[in-house]
Order: sequence, then C-alpha cells, then structure tokens
Amino acid sequence: MQQLLTILLNGVTSGMIYAAFALALVLIWRSTRIVNFAQAPMAMLTTYIALVVIDAGYSYWIGFAAALVSGLILGALVERLVIRFVDSSSHINAVILTLGLFIVIHALAAIIFGNQFRSFPAPFGLTGRTIGDMNIALTGYDIFKVVAVLIVFGLLVLLFRFTDLGLKMRASAFEQEVAKLLGVRVSRMLTLGWALAAVVGSLAGLLIAGGSLVHPGYMDSIVVFGFVAAVLGGLDSPGGAVVGGLLMGIGLSFVSGYLGQDLVALAALIILIVVLLLRPSGLFAGTAARRV
Amino acid sequence: MTTDTIQIGITDLTVQYGLVTALDSVSMTIRAGATTAILGANGAGKTTLLRTISGLIRPKAGSITFGGEELVGVSPDRMSRKGLAHVPEGRGVIAELTVEENLRLGALGRNRAHDAVTLDQVYDIFVPLAGRRTSSAHTLSGGERQMLVIGRALMATPSVLLLDEPSLGLAPKIVAQIFEIIATLVDAQSMTVVLVEQNARSALSIAEHAVVLDLGKVAVEGPATVLAQDPALRHAYLGF
Repeated sequence: MQQLLTILLNGVTSGMIYAAFALALVLIWRSTRIVNFAQAPMAMLTTYIALVVIDAGYSYWIGFAAALVSGLILGALVERLVIRFVDSSSHINAVILTLGLFIVIHALAAIIFGNQFRSFPAPFGLTGRTIGDMNIALTGYDIFKVVAVLIVFGLLVLLFRFTDLGLKMRASAFEQEVAKLLGVRVSRMLTLGWALAAVVGSLAGLLIAGGSLVHPGYMDSIVVFGFVAAVLGGLDSPGGAVVGGLLMGIGLSFVSGYLGQDLVALAALIILIVVLLLRPSGLFAGTAARRV
Repeated sequence: MTTDTIQIGITDLTVQYGLVTALDSVSMTIRAGATTAILGANGAGKTTLLRTISGLIRPKAGSITFGGEELVGVSPDRMSRKGLAHVPEGRGVIAELTVEENLRLGALGRNRAHDAVTLDQVYDIFVPLAGRRTSSAHTLSGGERQMLVIGRALMATPSVLLLDEPSLGLAPKIVAQIFEIIATLVDAQSMTVVLVEQNARSALSIAEHAVVLDLGKVAVEGPATVLAQDPALRHAYLGF
C-alpha cells in the first residue's frame, strides 16, 4: 500500500512534467508539422540561464522568470533565424535540422557552462510528510510542480479558447492559406507558437532540475518520454498530450518501482512501438480526416 | 453607386507556373456595385486570376489596381483590411474551429471603412448556421459550409467579394439559394462581386457582366444577358 501510493504520486508528478514537455512538442507539431527535438537542449539552456542568475545571488523566482523569458526569446529566435529558412518541400528537412540544433546547443552549453553536474535549488521542501504511520511521498516541491504545470495549462486554454490572438494562432495552425486571406499574419503566429512552446519546454526543464542536478544532457531522456507521451495523445491534440504525459509518468513509475529503474527507458520505447502499431494516430484520434 | 465606376482594373496580367502560362496578358475591368462572372473551362485560368488578385500568386507582368491603388506586390494578409474578401475554392472552412469561431475570425482582419457586421446579422442571412453555432465546422453539410465561408467573408465587411466556384459540388436547389443570397447582397449593400464559375447558366443569371477566359486569355467579354443569348458562344465556351 505504502509502495503503491508512493509510485502513484511519483508517477503523477513526473507525469505532469512529461505532459508539459509533450505539450511543447504538440504546440509546434500542430502548426508546422515539425517534431522539435531541439526542445530538450533549449530547455536545458534556459535552465542554465536560471542557474547563472541564482548563482549570482538573486532569488530562485528571479531565475525562474529569467528562464521562462529567455525561453520565449530563444523559441522565437530559433523560428525566425533557422526554421524559417529551411526548404519546406519536405518536412524531414526541418526535423533533421532540429536534431542538428540539438547537438549544437548541447555543445555550446558544455563549452559555456562546463560539462560537469551542478546542483539546482528547489524553492520548496524536498521531504515528504507522515500521516499516521504512512509516509506520503509528496513533497512541497512536488505540489509546486503539479500546480505550476496546471497554471500553465490553464493559461494556454484561456489563450487558445477565449482570445482573438489564440483564435488566430489556431487558424494559422490548421489552414495557413485561409488564415492569410482572412488577414492573419501567419508568419507572426508561427513565431509566437514557437516562442510559447519554448516557454512550456523551459518550465519542464526548470521543474525537473529543481532539487536535482543539471548537466548539458540532463533533458535528453525527457525528450524521449515527452515524445512518446505526445504520440500517445495523438501529436495533434494538446489535451491528448496532457493525458499521454500523465499515463507515461504513472506507467514508467510503476515500471521503475516494481521492475527496476534500468527498464524505464526500454519501457518508454516499448510503449511507443505498441502505440504506433495499434493506434498510430494516438489514443484520442479525432479529426484524422484532414489529410486527404 | 453607379455601375460605371471601375473597382478593379487589370492590365496585361501574365502569370506563369514554370513553363506553363496560366494567364496571358489578361486585361479587364471589374465594375463597382455589380457582379462580374468569370467563366471558362477547367484550366482556363479563372482560379489563378482570383489568386493573383488577392496576392497569393505573384504575376510575371501586369498590374492590378483596386480603387486606384496597385495591388501587385501587396501581401495576401493585407487584402482583407483593404476591403477584398476572397472565398477560396473547395469551401475553405477551418474544419477544426466551430461555426462561430470561423465567423469571429472573419471579423478580426476586417475592412474598417465599413460598419461592422454582427454575428446575428450573418445568422439572419444564413439561417441554417444559427442552430449550429457551437458545432465544429467539419460536421456541416456542403451547402452549410458554403454559407459559412460567405458569412465569414461578410464579417470582414468587404467592398469586393471574390467567390471561387461557390456552386461546386452542391445540389441545384442549394446553388439557387446561395446565388439568390449573393444577388441580394449586391443590391442591398452595393457590394462588388467577382464570381468565378463553371456553372455558367446560374452565374449569368445573376451577373451583370461576364468575362470568358480560354486557355489563359480573355475570349469574350460583355453584358451577361448578351452572352447568355448568343448560341454560338454558349456552345463554344460555356457548354450549354
């Protein structure tokens, strides 16, 4: 019972982070049909920026804000300066390019910040609590992770559902030409989409780093888990990404708790293969009629 | 507004796709407050003409003036604010958005020279849409989709409506209904309509003026009633 509860709580908290990361991938996939593998090192880079700010003596929260703002800028820059100039006759070109960016940002971070592990602070306690004779493995920081991701999801829902800007962004994602004819500056919307995705990715990077160690490669496994979560949810569906992320988090937590830590990466890939074989358009395939 | 005012002037417009010339030195005038039908067979260059007017295609040569202002080189996302609304071929609804979201989107880039059109006004014109406000647009029938895209174009309060094959794939009864609505709009709001159609008979019945394109060139141009009554012309280009 104790173990089950611990595994479940761990699964939900890490699942929320996978969900955030998957959502970042989905935001870009939806509007540009590109899987942005560089999302992981971009988040790593912005987390290092937070670390530099915190190490300079500023509070955790200033570092946190600095990472999100630099994520916004980095996302926009990557779209404006790199992705926009890719020959779009085949989507594979851009995907290969994001893999290239993955390596470049990695190398840059190793040069600038060093290739060793550095500890990253957490803003809230890292100890669980005891209720009766039960140890509940839910730390203050875990609660913060869940709340932070939920707030970001809520803000994105508000943006996309209820604002004119969100409506324009969705129109640009679904039908670029029609959106243009209706007066939407589609290229701006794409830049903004990349920027927002990078903010969400940066949030995932920060939350994973807290109370743990950062290293130029610390986000690399997350891009795999986030990608599997996004595929699980159907790649096109933000809601699906969230559910996919939670399923991944809980599933992998069970694997690590009952079968062993070593099998987690393997389990993620097995889930990916099973999903692609059985439900290639995801668990929540709805509007699959688009591509004719 | 008199029908003599020139709304759009097209001079020596040439468009090429690689080695294929889609429009070959086309000149015509679109008069304000009237409907001009652009007719012709498949591949005559009708859709290319509309896409070039709205900036989606850059011509190799020639000019397009809109109320005296040159349109060649203006990006397509600026056209709606200038008062040109282009309803593309194949419906052009954004299937993932709801009916109401599609309509709201139409108003965001609207032409501010005219008074805003409210959602309710659009629902009054296109009654079947009123009951489907919150439905996703991909659940609409072909006729409803056509109503939605025209309604969305009206939300942009245009002075010129470019319609690409609104009758495509629709039942004759629905086509008649939609054409009647277009005719009413032209009369009531003195809107200029450029109507690209393969369905020449229906188009000529509501147009004042018609241009027949053949292999990228203007074959015939004249009042719609004259074209409709010339049997040789009908047989040669219009197929009825």
